[in-house]
Amino acid sequence: MKRLAKWRLISLFGILALVLSGCGEPYLSTLKPAGEVAETQYDLMKLSTLIMVGVIVIVAIIFVLILVRFKRKDDRIPKQVEGSHKLEIIWTAVPILLLLILAVPTVAATFKLADVSPMDKKNSKALVINVRSHLYWWDFEYPGQKIVTSQDLVVPTDEKVYFNLKSTDVKHSFWIPAVGGKLDTNTENVNKFWLEFDDKKSNEAGNLFYGKCAELCGPSHALMDFKVKAISRDKFDAWITAMQNVKEPQKAQGAVAAQGQEIFNQSCIGCHAVTPSNKMPETARLAPNLSNFGERSRVAGVLDHNKKELKNWIRNPETYKPGNMMTGKYPEMSEEQLDALAEYLMGLKAQE
Amino acid sequence: MSTYAQKKGFGATLWDFLTTVDHKKIAILYLIAGGFFFLVGGLEAVFIRIQLAVPNNDFVSAGLFNEIITMHGTTMIFLAAMPLVFAFMNAVMPLQIGARDVAFPFVNALGFWLFFFGGIFLNLSWFLGGAPDAGWTSYASLALHSKGHGVDFYILGLQISGIGTLIGGINFLVTIINMRAPGMTYMRMPLFTWTTFVTSALILFAFPPLTVGLVLMMFDRLFGANFFDPTLGGNTVIWEHLFWIFGHPEVYILILPAFGIFSEIFPIFSRKRLFGYSSMVFATVLIGFLGFMVWAHHMFTTGLGPVANAIFAVATMAIGVPTGIKIFNWLLTMWGGSVKFTTPMHWAMAFIPSFLAGGVTGVMLASAAADYQYHDTYFVVAHFHYVIVGGVVFAVFAGTHLYWPKMFGTMLNEVLGKITFWLFFIGFHLTFFIQHFLGLWGMPRRVFTYLPGQGFDAANMVSSIGAAFMGLGVIVMLYNIIITSVKNVKVGNDPWGDGRTLEWAIPSPPPFYNFKQLPLVRGLDAYWLEKMDGKKGMTPAEPLGDIHMPNSSFLPFMMAMGLFIAAFGAMYHVNDKAWALPVMIIGLLVTFGSMFLRSVKDDHGFHIHKEDLMDEEDKGVKA
Repeated sequence: MKRLAKWRLISLFGILALVLSGCGEPYLSTLKPAGEVAETQYDLMKLSTLIMVGVIVIVAIIFVLILVRFKRKDDRIPKQVEGSHKLEIIWTAVPILLLLILAVPTVAATFKLADVSPMDKKNSKALVINVRSHLYWWDFEYPGQKIVTSQDLVVPTDEKVYFNLKSTDVKHSFWIPAVGGKLDTNTENVNKFWLEFDDKKSNEAGNLFYGKCAELCGPSHALMDFKVKAISRDKFDAWITAMQNVKEPQKAQGAVAAQGQEIFNQSCIGCHAVTPSNKMPETARLAPNLSNFGERSRVAGVLDHNKKELKNWIRNPETYKPGNMMTGKYPEMSEEQLDALAEYLMGLKAQE
Repeated sequence: MSTYAQKKGFGATLWDFLTTVDHKKIAILYLIAGGFFFLVGGLEAVFIRIQLAVPNNDFVSAGLFNEIITMHGTTMIFLAAMPLVFAFMNAVMPLQIGARDVAFPFVNALGFWLFFFGGIFLNLSWFLGGAPDAGWTSYASLALHSKGHGVDFYILGLQISGIGTLIGGINFLVTIINMRAPGMTYMRMPLFTWTTFVTSALILFAFPPLTVGLVLMMFDRLFGANFFDPTLGGNTVIWEHLFWIFGHPEVYILILPAFGIFSEIFPIFSRKRLFGYSSMVFATVLIGFLGFMVWAHHMFTTGLGPVANAIFAVATMAIGVPTGIKIFNWLLTMWGGSVKFTTPMHWAMAFIPSFLAGGVTGVMLASAAADYQYHDTYFVVAHFHYVIVGGVVFAVFAGTHLYWPKMFGTMLNEVLGKITFWLFFIGFHLTFFIQHFLGLWGMPRRVFTYLPGQGFDAANMVSSIGAAFMGLGVIVMLYNIIITSVKNVKVGNDPWGDGRTLEWAIPSPPPFYNFKQLPLVRGLDAYWLEKMDGKKGMTPAEPLGDIHMPNSSFLPFMMAMGLFIAAFGAMYHVNDKAWALPVMIIGLLVTFGSMFLRSVKDDHGFHIHKEDLMDEEDKGVKA
């Protein structure tokens, strides 16, 4: 018994620790909403939880009373009760009312979150981003600005951003937990929705939200992460201008990088573009656009952004993302070539 | 079972089970096969939790992990939960309505063997180049993208076992409609029989859409069709609809019989009739009906638009009402009763809070706009394990302890039963409660690993520790079964002492003809009524006479095996193997040959003569 009590204590502390660790990370958790969509959803979560906790409490009270009062003590036969119309009407009607309380805001929110009418208007000023999901990476096209980037989505804060979502291979799902719920990228049709990134909350989250693929899409589904840089409108405009100014592949700085560029132009450029301008059709964009690779936050979406990890990745992508489409598409690289490539790629920046 | 072994020797016993058409023996077959697949699926679950215990783990590779989760889900739903539920339906339902067998004993055996061969076929994928890896939902774009034969094993195996389930369901429907004893009106049927009835109706309507989906995908993968290839005019969302039009009723197919088992346990161990019987029946039918109206809540993020999402959200919430009615009726059944906390009652009591937790998260998930956050995260994983483990698996454990004496004539050890319960119950909540939060913190489901620094580490470790407790609970249960079978202490008709329905009025295990004379049913809880009137058993509704029984047959086994063989031919035909087509033809010949044989050979069964039945009585065989 003593041992059992000890275990109880340990598990109690364990639960306490978990409660204290609380609501998750501000850049990732749906419980730390950082935008209007996530906020709406968080409110619905709280409302439904509240109603449900009410139901649980009532059941728990009856349950405990039964445990305490009706344990078999003698051999008597209790009275055989058929039922009670009054009680049955109560526990049918009350849940219906509770569900109505939840149903009304649910329906309202469902329509609100699906309202993408501004993006379809002519001469609309709304920012539209075309998201194209590929096996284990994300392609982001800004059709109004005529630029393309990959893996790191850049968005302005405090305004609605509209998304066109589609997949180029198998079904994926586009999800930025802290900012709003997910929407699938289907293979046959474009799905549309909007998100809003709160400026203050973005700052608290380090201006970098975590994005995830939420639909099983193959071996590296777990590693199909992307990042979202949420910055003020001014900074966003500056970024757009800088990206637009990269009209042709940037010249490598220094001899090593120049050698890297040469290797890149021989082995990599068939799939990876290094200009952000949107000239190729989306089906021809076979691999992430690397125009501003030096400014990104991760290598391949999951590895730390440094030369060592970049070299590891190019040396054998299969180790880091099983089933990816890059493995085997290019000749094996020597250490020297890897150094050169890394030097070149890390130098690719749109902004100084 | 063990008594047969002593009497007959192993070979004869085996042949007996291979050819049996007796619903009680088929129930034992379902129990053994379902139990075996439950262990297989459980082992896969343990592998999943080991892999996810720490971040960046490499216990299994990414591809293998996807095979394990796919097989865990598929095995647990189709090959463990359904057959285990079928085991109790077969063992108990005919006894509860006072029948000597199901309506079509031969078809009953065929249903089992189809399920069994389908399950074996699916699991052979582990040894033949890799298991399916597109998830148990097998969404079309990924399933068509999947290399190797894994997904082919899935589509062929599920088709074979699906036919078995479908004919099983039809058989139960006909049995309940036609074979009730005199006086057993619909509104006097025990609730487990009612849930079997509604479940069978759900099977009848839910399995055909799945079959359609599987056939379309089979044509895509094996015969060059393009139903799900959008570049050639196909559409993968159709698969999602077909799958979930089946998939959602499927969860009610599993949970309704679980409700039925608990609806037997509460009255028995409270010594009180079920509170609000007619509203329980009504709620069961309503849940079954609404179960077909809500499938699109699995597709809230597919992009069906706000109108569809809003309608399906409200429809889904509506299911909470009849389910709530049931919970309160169970509670009020115990209220004022004389409650004895046996092992089955432990499971039943634990079911109420556990299933309630799963039910309320179900209502939360129904809120479409909020579901965009929950969908495909660990929150959903937590939710459906709370309803399926907290509901169905608890019911299977409860049913095993409750009906073990009726099926095998001996009681499982109560102390070990309670140890199993506590280990499993604690482990279950430890494993799955924390997963709600993992989902809300942003962890998607079906991930083979996760990176450190996202706040997932501690919670995943807790979850994995919980899984170990559940595993221990199952091991204690197996030990219990072994020592109980070895000791084999025989028990009488009504080993729990408080049996209410017809199955407790006859010996444990019942003679192969069940009822010497069909009983006269005078009301709900027929056996209880007689006991309260001071009688020892049921009043017979007919004079003692000859009993007509069906003959055993090996043909069901042959028919199922033929399809099993043919499936290999169909699958390897894609690889241009020379032997593939002949194998397929041979397999189909075995099946259709057996069917032909069954059609042309008259099999009138046999009669147990009145004199033999009277002899038995004289010898006092009747326990």
